[in-house]
Amino acid sequence: MDFGSVLNALILGVSIASIWLIAALGLTIIYGAAGVINMAHGALIMLGAYSSYMLQHYVGVPYLLCIPASFVIVAIIGLILERGLIQYLYDRPLDTLLATYGVSLVLVQGVRLIFGSDPKYLAVPEIFSSNISLGFANISTFRVVVIAVTALLVLALWILFYKTRFGIQVRAVMQNKEMAASFGINSSRIYMMTFALGAGLAGVAGSLFGVLNIVLPTMGDSYVVQAFLMVVAGGGTLAGTVIASGFTGELQSVFAFITNDTFARFVIFLLIVVFLRFRPQGLFAKGGVRR
Amino acid sequence: MKITRRKLLTTTLAASAAVGMPHVWIPGSRDAWGATLKKGAPLKVGVLFSLTGALAVPEEDSTLVLQYAFDEINKAGGIGGVPVEPVIVDAKSDFSVYSEKTKELILREKVIALFACYTSASRKAILPTIMQRDHLLYYPTCYEGAECTQNAICTGPIANQHSKDLIPYMVENFGKKVFFVGSNYVWPKESNKNAKIWLEQVGGELVGEEYIPLGSSEFGPVLNKIRDAKPNFIFSTVVGASDVAFHKQFKQEGFKVDQMPIASLTTGEIETRAMGAEFGAGHFLSAPYVQTLDNPTNHKFVEGFLKSKYGKNGVTHYNMEETYLSAYVFKAGFEKAAAAVGFENVTPRAIRDHSGGIRISDDISPEGEVWIDENNFNTWLKPKIAQCQGDGTFKVLKSADTHVAPDPFSIYPESGVCTKDGLKAPDGKIRKGVI
Repeated sequence: MDFGSVLNALILGVSIASIWLIAALGLTIIYGAAGVINMAHGALIMLGAYSSYMLQHYVGVPYLLCIPASFVIVAIIGLILERGLIQYLYDRPLDTLLATYGVSLVLVQGVRLIFGSDPKYLAVPEIFSSNISLGFANISTFRVVVIAVTALLVLALWILFYKTRFGIQVRAVMQNKEMAASFGINSSRIYMMTFALGAGLAGVAGSLFGVLNIVLPTMGDSYVVQAFLMVVAGGGTLAGTVIASGFTGELQSVFAFITNDTFARFVIFLLIVVFLRFRPQGLFAKGGVRR
Repeated sequence: MKITRRKLLTTTLAASAAVGMPHVWIPGSRDAWGATLKKGAPLKVGVLFSLTGALAVPEEDSTLVLQYAFDEINKAGGIGGVPVEPVIVDAKSDFSVYSEKTKELILREKVIALFACYTSASRKAILPTIMQRDHLLYYPTCYEGAECTQNAICTGPIANQHSKDLIPYMVENFGKKVFFVGSNYVWPKESNKNAKIWLEQVGGELVGEEYIPLGSSEFGPVLNKIRDAKPNFIFSTVVGASDVAFHKQFKQEGFKVDQMPIASLTTGEIETRAMGAEFGAGHFLSAPYVQTLDNPTNHKFVEGFLKSKYGKNGVTHYNMEETYLSAYVFKAGFEKAAAAVGFENVTPRAIRDHSGGIRISDDISPEGEVWIDENNFNTWLKPKIAQCQGDGTFKVLKSADTHVAPDPFSIYPESGVCTKDGLKAPDGKIRKGVI
């Protein structure tokens, strides 16, 4: 066990953490702000990948522009979803769970009908399909891109939530919807915006995962469970999700380095269960009134 | 509901009559769960693959190619003068649905045989039902072996055939050190046991062995271990979506295909298309079939299939070709059974009993002549080693000189030898239906 290998495992841990985190960001916003358990999150990730595929394949948009474009497309889909369905269900959390699950089935099968069930392919610039090597430390260029995009998004979200008027309104609605409304905040509009924002973030994740992984109608399924784990372990706040993802990413990388991948997952899930046994509200539970 | 004395009386009478004279109420066993064949009525076969869910990628192709094969057979006059009618059912990538629908196909649809399954897990889920009804399963893909049922026919390579040439070839051309990577389930583990035997025979060295959860897309830790172990080549039994992620991340992490290629049992045309040819180029595949095989039968198959309404996915690959063959093995088996016992008396049992030794000649089989083993009902075939080219097609570098015999218990000699009637243990005892 030499120094270079350990360092590589730690660097990889950051990368794995960024993947877990970017998958969970959109869910954190939607669950944290609107309290909606969004089972369609995986489907929204998948839509992000398919949006990029569509833009690249039929319109010829370069990959780097596909990422923000996917954000916009999936955010619009999220907006339609919220206005058409979710807004009627805010007082019924169990119904949102079922409704969003139903939506995810519709989206997955809809994509299958339109694009077929064979895997699609996202082309990336040549520079992204190689690695950066600094002596004994190695990391693939695309993993660096994922880390950078994740960091940018976290920073942007932090500014949005803590430095802007919109952020104050969101946090007010999160704490007490009725009270915020009585101060003239249009809570329905806030919910709509946060849901669209969360959906858009899932879209960005999807357009990145399409390069790391495979573009398939069912591709979101594998990310949605780990995204939920991060959100629940983090307590539904942005900081909580960031720290939970950081820990699990590093733990997975280190355990996989010492033993193997299967065992690493086993340990992580076990640790999360034990953690939630003693701290069911998660890492940083938000204050105020919980609906 | 009030129970009157009269109602009670009639119910009891009816019930006791049913128990006393079962043949009045329950049709004879052959009618109940055998197929009832009538001259002139189409021949029903069950086609049970996943059209939705995680397994849809390979299994949708299986369904499409079977439809193509049956259309082709029907156009040429059907089987014994009647057309084949495939009953297509979606198994939804759910193992409980596989076994449920198997019962439905046998009991309600009264099919004469089933074509089903891609994964070993689903095969093991439906085999008990198939054996209980003494029915017949055509399993049209590669698997690990170590089974000896009297109710299945397999048209793909099993573990002892699959890597037999690949490992010596790679050791000779790239070096002795190899790293095994596989998905974490039964087939990769059994395949790797076989591969280790071939590796030992040529004096190779295993420098690492890693298994990844099925469906996982995170190969960072494994690739770091490979970087440290410095093998000469990687032997991969990673399947499905993970396989695509593995090849992509291999290149993204800076590995060079000419210095450390991946020799895979699964990365065919459909996978290379999904990952993009630049990620697949240079890697190796062992399979009995690739799309670019240069023979008239294959040209006809590829052209005919891609032009047909079933060719929408744009490729033919080894799994599809093995599935295509299974339709013709069924045709030959049925015709042989019909000639022996008469068309109307053909049962799944009779087809299986007459299928041993059936040859599919090279004017039907795109991979060249193959035949069904008379003892274990797997297929004699020639595995080929192919390398992925820059355009995503495969170029055959080496084909086995002779057909390789299927031997499902090659690495478990203590279990015995698979014969027509069951697994014959070294002490002479025969066990039926070993799964």
